[in-house]
Amino acid sequence: MDFDLMFTSFPKLLGATVVTLKLLSASLFFGLIIGFLFAILRLNKNIFINKFAYGYSYLFRGTPLLVQIFIIYFGLGQIEYLRSSFLWVILKEPYWCAIIAFTLNTGAYTSEILRSAFQTIKPEIIEAGKSLGISNKIIFYKIQIPIAIRQSLPAYGNEIILMMKGTSLASTVTLMDLTGVAKYIISTTFKPIEVFIVAGGIYLFMTFIIHNFIKYLEKKYSFSQ
Amino acid sequence: MELLYFGDKGWGDELLFATLMTIAVSITAMIIGFIFAALITPLKLSNNKILNTIGNAYTTVIRGVPELLVIYLFFFGGSGAIMFVASIFGYNDYIEINAFLTGSFSIGIISGAYSTEVFRGALQSIDKGQFEAAKVLGFNKYIYFFKIILPQMLRLAIPNLSNVWQITLKDTSLISVTGLVEIMRQSYIAAGSTRDPLFFYCFAAILYLMLTYISMKIINRLEIKYSRGY
Repeated sequence: MDFDLMFTSFPKLLGATVVTLKLLSASLFFGLIIGFLFAILRLNKNIFINKFAYGYSYLFRGTPLLVQIFIIYFGLGQIEYLRSSFLWVILKEPYWCAIIAFTLNTGAYTSEILRSAFQTIKPEIIEAGKSLGISNKIIFYKIQIPIAIRQSLPAYGNEIILMMKGTSLASTVTLMDLTGVAKYIISTTFKPIEVFIVAGGIYLFMTFIIHNFIKYLEKKYSFSQ
Repeated sequence: MELLYFGDKGWGDELLFATLMTIAVSITAMIIGFIFAALITPLKLSNNKILNTIGNAYTTVIRGVPELLVIYLFFFGGSGAIMFVASIFGYNDYIEINAFLTGSFSIGIISGAYSTEVFRGALQSIDKGQFEAAKVLGFNKYIYFFKIILPQMLRLAIPNLSNVWQITLKDTSLISVTGLVEIMRQSYIAAGSTRDPLFFYCFAAILYLMLTYISMKIINRLEIKYSRGY
């Protein structure tokens, strides 16, 4: 066991954790917006809109995240039209490509989580709101959304942890996130176990924080049943 | 479409073999995962504190650390560990382990952690009376486990195991970083040599969609088979 290496690599890995956290927070933020949008589209009665939203989530949940990153990073650059458009400023950066891929991926999972949360709301609750003469808009914003958010918290907590692990794939498109730096140190020192313990420890610490934060939120917003 | 011709002209046959390789790695990894799950689930349910901690540590660490990091650990550390063991027996040459074995083993350990949780959950939700009744009736251990507990456990476990299978199947794409020629690696090679990444990565996505779709249909049948009587 090479403790010196563990001590010297710790600050480097901690620095790389910032990249991981940036990727995670950006993709969760945009992913939540997309997920919410598509969850509402899934609940639409129009069969085309419904099928479109289902297709999106099926496509992104049925393929590995690695393929999605590669299509966006390596694939989109091939389209001449995109290269000459203003979008190229974003798409030539591996950082933004990774965020786009993560956003679309987590958006698909989030939309499924939110959809099932909306569907498990008891119809009586909505009927009660209607019979009290509350408008549909207020029923949606003040009754359905808060209940759905509470319902989806445990599943969304898992999704955050899965996404945190997913950000490690950014290292495949030349980004130096936690896993990227860990791999670099491993391949230069050939001491995989020491580096794994330090990098894995940082990941586990983040998992621990997220897990407990979600538990706290669950408790705070639990129904008094 | 010419890119997909079989033979020297296109990449059709290469991609077909790569798809078979992905299926082979997924199945091997799933079986290795089941072996791990069969070993760790009793630990997680045991009353002994030390055994319990070992079981919990396995599932927590593996489920909290990115798959890619685990793969790197085994890819870079695997042959070192084997060479260390071999040097004890007086063999000092360089040993390179097969990429297939490293890949299936690392994905297997990951999928094992998920399977463990599924089995634990399924075992815990079987009615306690079933265990007691089987004991009271004096069945031997074989019948007790394989004819009474296991079928009930499978009924509860199969829907969740289907999720584990989907995760495992998608995780195999990560082994491409170790150089094993499965769908992702083959697409990478093809994209590099034809300079057409968009086509090949999209085709890889279609292959994965096909695999997940077909496996879902098969698992649905199993689900129906094991939920007879419910």
